[in-house]
Amino acid sequence: MREPEIDDLKKALKDALPAVNESELQRDLWPAMLQRLDQSAIRVPWWDWALLAALAGALCFLPGIIPALLYQL
Amino acid sequence: MELLERFAAGDVDAFESLFRQHQGEVYRWIMRIVRNTAAAEDLTVETFWRMYRAHARFDPAKGNCGAWLRRIASNVAIDHLRRARHEVPLPDDLPATSRQPLGEQLAMRHEILRAVNKLSPRIRAVVLLALVDGEPYERIADALGISESAVKVRVFRGVRLLRKTLSQAGVHP
Repeated sequence: MREPEIDDLKKALKDALPAVNESELQRDLWPAMLQRLDQSAIRVPWWDWALLAALAGALCFLPGIIPALLYQL
Repeated sequence: MELLERFAAGDVDAFESLFRQHQGEVYRWIMRIVRNTAAAEDLTVETFWRMYRAHARFDPAKGNCGAWLRRIASNVAIDHLRRARHEVPLPDDLPATSRQPLGEQLAMRHEILRAVNKLSPRIRAVVLLALVDGEPYERIADALGISESAVKVRVFRGVRLLRKTLSQAGVHP
């Protein structure tokens, strides 16, 4: 595709879309980043909780597996 | 120890320095793809979060931090477009750019935005970066982790799809 063939489309797109070339960041995002880091430090993924619940359930309802587990450990 | 080496070792102060150096650049890159201020801010934080998590994999010896961040930012922005089916908003100010009546201009812009929003996120990102913002193909290729010829193919497909959608709507730019 030759460049002149898309020039009209380029112009139409530039006219239609909001210009962002001059858009500068209006605030420092470091506080938001710190918040994200803090959240992730204390957050335990849901599947870890699910695994823990499954293990607890198995131990309650099938106590016979405890010796097997201890042997594996 | 150099800043990048300290970052790779997990030093949070080094990460903060890199964050402050690059946050504006990353934000502008994401804005070019998502065209939404609030989303671009959130995605900038997400980009640096992914960078921080991957610090151990970063090799300071061959590291161009800016290019690496641009690649993460592009993936984050395209993921956002996929997830949110985000639509490019109509600008608040509509400067008169032609001698067409304002109603016609608005209708045409509406159709163009509709056509852009119909593009798949991967093609839309390339079309916005290449055609609207005039980014060089080489830089786009680097940021998306694809070849320059793949960028050209996506631009070609994007132009073809835009023309098709616009001609169906009776718009011929």
